[in-house]
Amino acid sequence: MGQYLPILVFAVLAAALPIGTIVIARAVQTRRPNAAKLEPYECGVEATTSAFDTRFSVRYFLIAVLFVVFDVETIFLFPWAVMFHRLGLFGLAEMLVFLAILVVGYFYCWKRKALDWA
Amino acid sequence: MTFAFHASDWLLLAPELFLTAMGLLLLGLSVALGKTKEDFLAFLATVSVGITGALVAFVATRPERATPILGGAFVVDNFALFFKALVLLSLALTVLASARYVGAAPYPGGEYYALLLFSGVGMLFMASGNNLISIYVALELMALSSYVLAGYFKAEPKSTEAALKYFILGAFSSGVLLYGLSLVYGAGGVMGLPELAKLLASASRSNLLMLGILLILAGLLFKIAAVPFHVWTPDVYEGSPTPVTAFFSVGPKVAAYAILARIFYVAFAKFHADWGFVVALVSAATMVLGNVAALLQSNVKRMLAYSSIANAGYALLGVLGFRTEWGLWGILIYLLAYTFMNFGAFTLIILLESKGYAGESVSDFNGLAKRSMPAAVVMLLFLLSLAGIPPTAGFIGKYYLFTAAMKAGYAWLAILAVVMSAVSLFYYFRIAAAMFFTEGSPAKLKSSYALSAVIAVCAVGTLVIGVVPQPFLEVLKSCVLGR
Repeated sequence: MGQYLPILVFAVLAAALPIGTIVIARAVQTRRPNAAKLEPYECGVEATTSAFDTRFSVRYFLIAVLFVVFDVETIFLFPWAVMFHRLGLFGLAEMLVFLAILVVGYFYCWKRKALDWA
Repeated sequence: MTFAFHASDWLLLAPELFLTAMGLLLLGLSVALGKTKEDFLAFLATVSVGITGALVAFVATRPERATPILGGAFVVDNFALFFKALVLLSLALTVLASARYVGAAPYPGGEYYALLLFSGVGMLFMASGNNLISIYVALELMALSSYVLAGYFKAEPKSTEAALKYFILGAFSSGVLLYGLSLVYGAGGVMGLPELAKLLASASRSNLLMLGILLILAGLLFKIAAVPFHVWTPDVYEGSPTPVTAFFSVGPKVAAYAILARIFYVAFAKFHADWGFVVALVSAATMVLGNVAALLQSNVKRMLAYSSIANAGYALLGVLGFRTEWGLWGILIYLLAYTFMNFGAFTLIILLESKGYAGESVSDFNGLAKRSMPAAVVMLLFLLSLAGIPPTAGFIGKYYLFTAAMKAGYAWLAILAVVMSAVSLFYYFRIAAAMFFTEGSPAKLKSSYALSAVIAVCAVGTLVIGVVPQPFLEVLKSCVLGR
């Protein structure tokens, strides 16, 4: 089991960091709330409705799906970039093929108007 | 491990690479053409599958295939070649049987054919998968394409329901499978099946390993729709477009049997005493429940769904009988026969569909003999074959499977299988009785060249394998693993 010790240490550290930050912030903070400070953060824009009874367009669903599809691909780019020197020309060709397939998918989404909001 | 281009990689992967490229092309064309020129797209898809078949035949002649490629993850033995041929056969039949159906649907056909081909690529990789990870990825490629195909009629609530049920249960079972794979990897530390077999040969029985094997078994039994992992089958088969149902009942099942046989024959052979008992129970439950539930159906797609569940139970006998050659022969000949007879039966449903999505009931077959005697006779042939009556392909397949079970020491299971085959006669003959002894609509049958060709191919296959099985058996007996 000794080989799993680093994982345990990592898990403890991962849990301790956010908990510790919150606890320390609570301990040292000064609280002087006013109306403006208590507003929900909306990227600087004034919130117009409550967060609970608001409906938003189902079109966000499609955007979210597309985001996941094209976002997950970057997971493959990271290890590829790290190993690029060892992979060489072979790795470059493989990645170009991979991206070419993604581009076909991208054009497909585009032409099928998945990116149009209207 | 070195990373470089190997000529043999390209050569042995040629069928898969070609089919992928054609799938992408069809996807692009579906955007460019929209709802026009769909016959051309169907033609292109058929030609793609044909050329892929020719490439598989070419690969079969090459000496390079003796060595596994991609770090041992991809193997092209006779067993893989057999399943590739069978997968491509079911793909070609599906494309041909879909042309009219898809043409009449208000959705672009290019997407449909592209998804079919992508699913085919997944199945080709499954046939060659020799590594737990590559098998899993191939399975997911097949499954994800299948989920979308089930929901192709997206404005039809039934189709959407089928897709959603298939997706949720399929994703869950994939999770179970993946968990099993990770436990086996945890117990062994290797991913390749031959390496795993070598390692397990000296390993002792551990709970971790047993749980892993059991979870892998559960995940794969879901894909072949064995009891108790069958509940999705009737709903998905009923709700999907009928050509897609026909495809589901053969293609993905055949590919799942390929990996089931390869994983359990190669890697887990040593622990046969442990998983064999589970497979025997599942096989018995599947045969009984599939056949009994089929008796109660009035929707013909649901009836054939339960019939295909029962058939999955028969084929599991071959997995049990792996200690003698009969087990593998039984699986191969039965899946070949099953592809012809089951696809043929579904193609007749497509031909007769009178109410579109309202439901395809057994009464669609009423008076078929009066409307078209050849269609009724051919359907009777498929039904006889599904019930396992000689001289049809289904009989030869069952003969080998039941013998395999006897030789493996599961005589009780073989007897149960024979009894259940007798039960299946009841519901198959309900369709036969409707065709010959009931008055039906006098409307003339409207067939197409493609549909007629599919039915003809299936009928010839069913009959020829049943009457002169020897040449087929000679070929199949060389389709062993690892050669």
